[in-house]
Amino acid sequence: MEILVCVKRVPDTAENEIEVNRDGTDIDRDDLVYSVNEWDNYAVEEAIQIRDKVGGNVTVVSIGEDDSEEVVRREMAMGADNGLLLSDGAFKGSDGRGLATILKAAVEKGKYDLILTGAQADDGAGQVGGMLAAMLDWPYASLVNLVEILGDKKIKVGREIAGGNQEMNEIDLPCVLSIQTGINEPRYVGIRGIRKVASVEIPVKGAADLGVAADAVGQGGAKVNRLDYFVPELGEGAEMLEGSTDEIIEKLVEILKAKGGIK
Amino acid sequence: MARQIFAYILHKGGVADDSAQELSIAARKLDPEATVTAVVGGAGEQLAKVCEQAAAIYPEVWKIDNEALAYINAEVIRPMLARIIPAGAVTLVPHEHFGMDLAPGLSIKLNAAYLPDVVGFEGLEGGRLNAVREEFSGQVSTHVSCDISAGAVITVRPGAFQPQEGQGAGGRVVDKSGEAGTAAPRRRYLETVVAEVGDVDITKSEILVSVGRGIEDQDNLEIILELAKAVGGDVSCSRPIVDAKWLEKARQVGTSGQTVKPKVYMALGISGSFQHLGGIKGAPFMVAVNKNPKAPIFQVADVGVVADILEFVPELTEKINESK
Repeated sequence: MEILVCVKRVPDTAENEIEVNRDGTDIDRDDLVYSVNEWDNYAVEEAIQIRDKVGGNVTVVSIGEDDSEEVVRREMAMGADNGLLLSDGAFKGSDGRGLATILKAAVEKGKYDLILTGAQADDGAGQVGGMLAAMLDWPYASLVNLVEILGDKKIKVGREIAGGNQEMNEIDLPCVLSIQTGINEPRYVGIRGIRKVASVEIPVKGAADLGVAADAVGQGGAKVNRLDYFVPELGEGAEMLEGSTDEIIEKLVEILKAKGGIK
Repeated sequence: MARQIFAYILHKGGVADDSAQELSIAARKLDPEATVTAVVGGAGEQLAKVCEQAAAIYPEVWKIDNEALAYINAEVIRPMLARIIPAGAVTLVPHEHFGMDLAPGLSIKLNAAYLPDVVGFEGLEGGRLNAVREEFSGQVSTHVSCDISAGAVITVRPGAFQPQEGQGAGGRVVDKSGEAGTAAPRRRYLETVVAEVGDVDITKSEILVSVGRGIEDQDNLEIILELAKAVGGDVSCSRPIVDAKWLEKARQVGTSGQTVKPKVYMALGISGSFQHLGGIKGAPFMVAVNKNPKAPIFQVADVGVVADILEFVPELTEKINESK
């Protein structure tokens, strides 16, 4: 099975507090630690496990600038066979449709049976996988938390729906799946793993290589533009307990007792 | 001509979802001048009941009655919707597991803009719509401008638009089944696997001691168990704890986990994503402890403490045990 996994380099929210910069044009990117989007990491692990069961190759693709290469390399260190970086000044400022347009062009340059994306990334949109599937006219399933290969024509997928329930579906290949966290336990990547792929050449393709019209992507082609970042003022918020730890705890115990929080 | 807005109605067991009301409010907020029409897919008796309910909210309801929609499948209804929704219209869909399945691809098939997970609309300027979204699990918000001149598919966050009572639209139901046609399903629904019940049913708990990513390591869970024991409550958690397999799925609070309604909810090292908060009902008294003073949980909690739970929780437990 030939599997393509789409990954994105994002600020690591486990390592950073995300704050708005002074003029509200962006988040404060000074000293941010970046990593692969958490959902994408589960998608890569799933792809590797499928390949190990049924054979084939896993290719990891990312759209971004030069620094996205390290994310592709990290996922190759996990065990992906190939890496691919889609990079061009014309891609900058693309909206979801623009990103799906770029990926579609890359998909058509190869031959894939299965495409995986993370269910969502830092912007919480969860859009690129579904758009890509529609552009390719392939079937799609979102929020996938189980994959079972039934042969080379179809697979079985579980989707995470409300209340912790799981919706089982059969889906024809080729298809696009968006992968939910918790589907597997992504393997740890150590220094040795990174070293092994340190000198692997990762091909870089631009708009001209892919045959993407520059005006269909990037800021110019985007129908959705972000205007600013801000922190909303929502109601009164919590009464923040302050003072020494002892004082805070004393007050909190009192409050808990009053509200029935201690039986 | 007035803008056309379509609201996709979710339903289950013959009952329209709360979002049916919410999308009607959202549509008014988006464009008060627009003609707003409900669209419902399903089959038979149950669909007829849902159409009646939708007609009490919307002046017109388009129904797609097809046996293939008896269990709603985004892959089946997407091409049907693409056939009946006119060019240039705006389609609103709830941003939940079905909407996320349907909507991105629908925007491509309709050649319309896609705007996901909107929490507010802030007016139109010509063909552009200003809206509010959140990023980084609600840590920051953004204003976005979307070109809807050629139509748009917009997913709306459940609960973001509060429904109003007593609208009584007395709408008419229009059967669009024929026009919607059929689809060869390349994805077929098999069955629903119901979540396993854990050893503790957290939906019945009065006091929940809930733990999130701030616990950092599985071994640290001990301090949460001890606090739960001290206050006489049950342990629940947010999604990352279940993803890491540190606690069982039945302990997860949120839209993809359990819906709980305790009297007191302690959110410990939980940032407070909308998916997590969506699982907490009945307005419990909420205490939040988080080392990030800007964590969204402090906006909804009653009492907040900025502290590292690894240090704070053991001291709190000790004090509670002493005070008994």
